[in-house]
Amino acid sequence: MPQEHRLILKHADQPGYTPDMECYLRHGGYDALKKVLALAPKDLPDGKKVSPQEQVREDVKSSGLRGRGGAGFSAGIKWSLVDRRSGKPIYLICNADESEPGTFKDRQIIHKDPHQLIEGMILSCWANDVKLAYLYIRGEMPQGAKLLNKALDEARTKNFLGKNILGSGYDLEIYVHRGAGAYICGEETGLIESLEGKRAYPRIKPPYFPAVLGLYMCPTIVNNVETLCHVKHIVNMGPAEYAKLGTPNNTGTRIVSLSGDVKRPGYFEIEVGKVTLGELINDPAFGGGLREGRKLKAVIPGGSSSKILKAGETFKLNRKGPDGQMAKVDVSLLDLPYDFDSLMAAGTMSGSGAIIVLDDTRDIVETLANLAEFYAHESCGQCTPCREGALWMSKALHRMTHGEGRKADADYLLHIAQNIQGRTICAFGEAAAWPVLSFVKKFKEDFETKGAADEAKAAAKH
Amino acid sequence: MTFAVPANLEAQLDELVTHYPQKRSASLMLLHALQEHFGYISRDAVEWTARKLGLQPINVYELVTFYPMFRQEPLGKTHIKVCRTLSCALAGSGELRTHFCSKLGLDAHKHAAQTTPDGKFTVEFVECLADCGNAPVVLLNEDLLPKVTPAQADEIVAKGKSK
Ligand SMILES: Cc1cc2nc3c(=O)[nH]c(=O)nc-3n(C[C@H](O)[C@H](O)[C@H](O)COP(=O)(O)O)c2cc1C
Ligand code: SF4
Ligand code: FES
Repeated sequence: MPQEHRLILKHADQPGYTPDMECYLRHGGYDALKKVLALAPKDLPDGKKVSPQEQVREDVKSSGLRGRGGAGFSAGIKWSLVDRRSGKPIYLICNADESEPGTFKDRQIIHKDPHQLIEGMILSCWANDVKLAYLYIRGEMPQGAKLLNKALDEARTKNFLGKNILGSGYDLEIYVHRGAGAYICGEETGLIESLEGKRAYPRIKPPYFPAVLGLYMCPTIVNNVETLCHVKHIVNMGPAEYAKLGTPNNTGTRIVSLSGDVKRPGYFEIEVGKVTLGELINDPAFGGGLREGRKLKAVIPGGSSSKILKAGETFKLNRKGPDGQMAKVDVSLLDLPYDFDSLMAAGTMSGSGAIIVLDDTRDIVETLANLAEFYAHESCGQCTPCREGALWMSKALHRMTHGEGRKADADYLLHIAQNIQGRTICAFGEAAAWPVLSFVKKFKEDFETKGAADEAKAAAKH
Repeated sequence: MTFAVPANLEAQLDELVTHYPQKRSASLMLLHALQEHFGYISRDAVEWTARKLGLQPINVYELVTFYPMFRQEPLGKTHIKVCRTLSCALAGSGELRTHFCSKLGLDAHKHAAQTTPDGKFTVEFVECLADCGNAPVVLLNEDLLPKVTPAQADEIVAKGKSK
């Protein structure tokens, strides 16, 4: 029986659990902070000393924690890339911009357990010698911003924040910074520009890798809300115990946001890779299946930017055979384990952990038109291929959904999308191109039939 | 009318500025606070913010034109943001917005924010509000409303009219 495994959301939905400090403390809150502050330097056999901070950084690395914001990059490796020799301050930013369509997991943490996030941030700041950190929350979460500000005030009164935290000599301040409705603020360098009080124009990498040249041109760590919460559990459980959750290279739990055509949309926390896409959609413990009489048409598996998967597709995955040898096996769409690597092997990504389900009553062209409009609206406009391409794709799809399609539109869309990806400053270019590339490639008939029918209608009028 | 920021608000804003090693960083937070107080960001508010942060007005103005949440004209007292993006669209948010528009005599074909002539309502399509499991979602001023039905929409309109 597949089931949820609640680590981050363990308490969040329990009756009587409230977002205030007292409740969090009653549930073991800030114990992880006390634990790390009591750590002693470790002596290595070769006479070298490992500082407590370095120990925690090592633990995060060996826990296998991968970023929950989108790219799934190792949190420990990201931290190890931080330039610690520059003499400049190191900043940490919590990315609470949550704006990838389909995603609503960070909202649960912020609204129901804000102290868990704050503790995760404090631990991560402490481990990285950060003295000033920001919580960048999207503008459309005004209540969330208020809750976080209240929680930060509470943490200050208990000296979990501020000067000389719990007598340790460590100083840290965290402030909430609100965005103002632009999706591109979720991209980490756009976010940094926005935090500097500018338009959220992403920076070009190289040279502007946040770990070296981030906020105010200082080394900066940007991590997602959920990622930072996991740090608390790695500290509490120890990295080895933590890594037993999930599957190799896909450790821990993650919160999956499920929406679209299922009976029970919602968020579910699972051990990474222990539950399949099919179970998430159909099992009564999760999505509960499609509505009566409907059949699955397609799944967008990792936020709107991920490539769509078509019902009935199979993929080649590396699996260990009975002889212990790795071999390529065919795995069907619904049997795909929901984890970073399996989704990547299926040619897409688990991205922000947001699954959008489409049933057989849905028009694929209209669905793509909806997404294309999003990307056309949200392009920051710096790069010509992205700014113009996203708009052209959206306009073509708008035309197609208003009875003016052409058979050649399918290839036209592919042509534009191919000329965006790889030619832009930030990964928004890919995010805009991938839905178009995958929808049109996998459902080409739908696009061509629609286009041909419109052309025939137009010809009959003349 | 002269533009005046009340002293207690200015004190709050001065405190916000201290959160950042560089004053310019406070721009968005100041604009949010001014918009909350005045209902929109006027020319005067832009210039005031620029003076406060030691910037050129263009540095502030370019933020107002970039970030969708900032407004250059007054908004309706009841501000209805209907989510346009996929999960909500699948759950009927397009019809929901049309319903609001027709109830309020607004043009359903216009996507951009529209305010009723009496200044009571603004209706707007916005992108994913990060609550897709509760589609269709509406952000009503600061409150997020899940699974909004046409009947609830009618209630929102009735309440807003009596304000
Ligand atoms: C266009 C675009 C939008 C993004 N939006 C978000 C977002 O809303 N929230 C988020 O955490 N990460 C978002 N990301 C990913 C961030 O750039 C960054 O990789 C992430 O915050 C790193 O945190 P993690 O390593 O903990 O996942 C986005 C990336 C791109 C390219
Ligand atoms: S790819 Fe698009 S969103 Fe990213 S910097 Fe270029 S124009 Fe802006
Ligand atoms: S699509 Fe409407 S809240 Fe996400």
